[in-house]
Amino acid sequence: MTQKTILSEMPNGTGRVQRQVVLPFLKSVEISFQSIKVRFFRSLITTMSLVLAVSFLSFINVSNDIANGMLATHDPDLRQSLIRSGYDIGAQDISVGSSAKQRWIVILSLLVCVVGIVNAQLMAVTERFREIGTMKCLGALDRFILRLFVLEAGMQGLAGAGIGALAGALFSLINAWLHFGTAAVRSISIANLLISIGIATGVGCLLSLLGVFYPALVAARMQPVEAMRVEH
Amino acid sequence: MAEKTNIVRVTNVTKVFKLGKIDVDALKGINLEISRGNYISIMGPSGSGKSTLFNMIGGLDKPTSGKVYIDEVDIAQLDAYELAWLRCRKIGYIFQTFNIIQVMTALENVTLPMIFAGMGNDAAVDKGMQLLELVGIGDRYSHKPFELSGGQQQRVAIARALANDPAIILADEPTGNLDLTTGEECIALLKRLSQERGVTVISATHDFKMLNVSDQVVWIRDGRVDKIEDREELSISIGQIGTKE
Ligand SMILES: Nc1ncnc2c1ncn2[C@@H]1O[C@H](COP(=O)(O)OP(=O)(O)O)[C@@H](O)[C@H]1O
Ligand SMILES: [Mg+2]
Repeated sequence: MTQKTILSEMPNGTGRVQRQVVLPFLKSVEISFQSIKVRFFRSLITTMSLVLAVSFLSFINVSNDIANGMLATHDPDLRQSLIRSGYDIGAQDISVGSSAKQRWIVILSLLVCVVGIVNAQLMAVTERFREIGTMKCLGALDRFILRLFVLEAGMQGLAGAGIGALAGALFSLINAWLHFGTAAVRSISIANLLISIGIATGVGCLLSLLGVFYPALVAARMQPVEAMRVEH
Repeated sequence: MAEKTNIVRVTNVTKVFKLGKIDVDALKGINLEISRGNYISIMGPSGSGKSTLFNMIGGLDKPTSGKVYIDEVDIAQLDAYELAWLRCRKIGYIFQTFNIIQVMTALENVTLPMIFAGMGNDAAVDKGMQLLELVGIGDRYSHKPFELSGGQQQRVAIARALANDPAIILADEPTGNLDLTTGEECIALLKRLSQERGVTVISATHDFKMLNVSDQVVWIRDGRVDKIEDREELSISIGQIGTKE
C-alpha cells in the first residue's frame, strides 16, 4: 500500500483521478477513420466479402418484395410470369417467402463472409503489432486498442454493408425490370424495399462487428514489448 | 546534483526466457542505481542483455526475480492502469526502429501521448509544435513517416518521448538504424535535452559514439554488469580502446 501512496505523490499525479490515462471518444473515432483512410486498399479487401454477402442477402429479399408486390396487384399475367420464372406459387397463395434453399445459401454466404472478416482482421492485427505496441508504450490501455479496432470495423461495416445492400437492391430491381417489365417494378411497396435494405445493412454491420471481436481482443492483449521487436 | 536521488534502482534482477525445454538466462543478477538527470549508456555486445534490461526498467517486461524501482516505487506492485500511467507520464521511449505510427502525421504522433494524459487538443497541438521545433523539424509537422528520413523520424520520436515531460527517457539502440552523422546529431540532441530539461537518459547501445556524452557507462556482458564507469574514468578506458585498435 505504501508503494501506491508514493506513486500518487509523484509530480503531475496528486490524485487517483488525475492518474487515469484517457482517450476521448471523438479522438478515437478520428484515429479509426484516419486509419481506414490511409489503409484504404487494405480496408477495401477486408470489406469486399461483406459487400458481396450483404448484396446477395439484399438481392434475395428485394426480389421477394418485388414478387409480393406483383402478387398484390392481383394481375393474372404478372402471376403467370412469376410462376413461369420459377416461383412456387399455389392457387390460393397471396404472398411468397424465401425458400429453404435460398435461406441456406444466404446463411452460408454470410458465414463465409464472417470467416473472411476474422481472417483479414487477424492479419491486420499481426501486421500492426508495432503500431499497437508503440501505442501501449505511450500509455494506451487495452480498451483503447479494443475500441479503435471495433470502431474501425463498425465504420467499415456500415459503409460496406450499406453499399452492398443498395447494390443488391438495385440489381434485383434491374433484374425484375428485365424479366417482368415496368409494371413489376412499379408494383413494389417502397416501405418493404426500405425495410429489406435496412435489414441487410444492419446484418452486415453486425457481421463486421462479430468478425472483429476476436481479432480486436488479440490486439488489445498485445504486450507493449512488441514495439521493441527488431526482426520482421 | 546536490543530493543523490536514484530515479531508477535495479536489485538482483534476473530474467530467464523459456525456449521450449531450454532456459536462456538473459540477465543473471543485475544491480544498478541511476541518479536523476544523468545520461547513462548501457554498453555491451549484441546479445548481452541490454534490451532485456531496458524492458525491465521501462516496465515493458517482468523480471523472473529481483525488483525494479522507479522513483523508489516497485513497479511490480503497479496495476495495469498505474503501469499505463507510468508509461505515459514518467517514461519516454525511443526505439531503434523509430516506431512512428504510420497512419499519423509527425504532429499527431507527438500529441498522442498528451491526449492520453488528458490534455486538451489545442494545448496538445501547441506543445507538439514547440517540441517539433525544439528537435529541429517544426516545418515537417504535417508529414507522414514515410515522407521523412530516418533521422527525421527519430527526431519525431524524441519529441514524442518528451511530450509529457517524463523524468526518464529510455532509448534502445537509438542510433542503430541511422548513418554516422545522423546518429551523432541524434546523440547530441538527446544530450542537450537531458542537460536543458534535467531528464535522465538511459540508452542501451553498442555505439561508441555514445561514450563521449555519457555521464556514466554501464558495461554489460553476458547478462551481468561487467563494470560501471563514471565520466572521469571513462577517458582512460577510451584511451585504452584507442591504443588497442
Ligand atoms: N523474447 C525472448 N525469448 C527468448 N530469448 C530471448 C528473448 N529476448 C532476448 N532473448 C535472449 O536473451 C539474450 C539477450 O538478448 P537482448 O537483451 O536482446 O540482447 P541485446 O539487446 O544486448 O542485443 C539473448 O541471448 C537473446 O537470444
Ligand atoms: Mg538489443
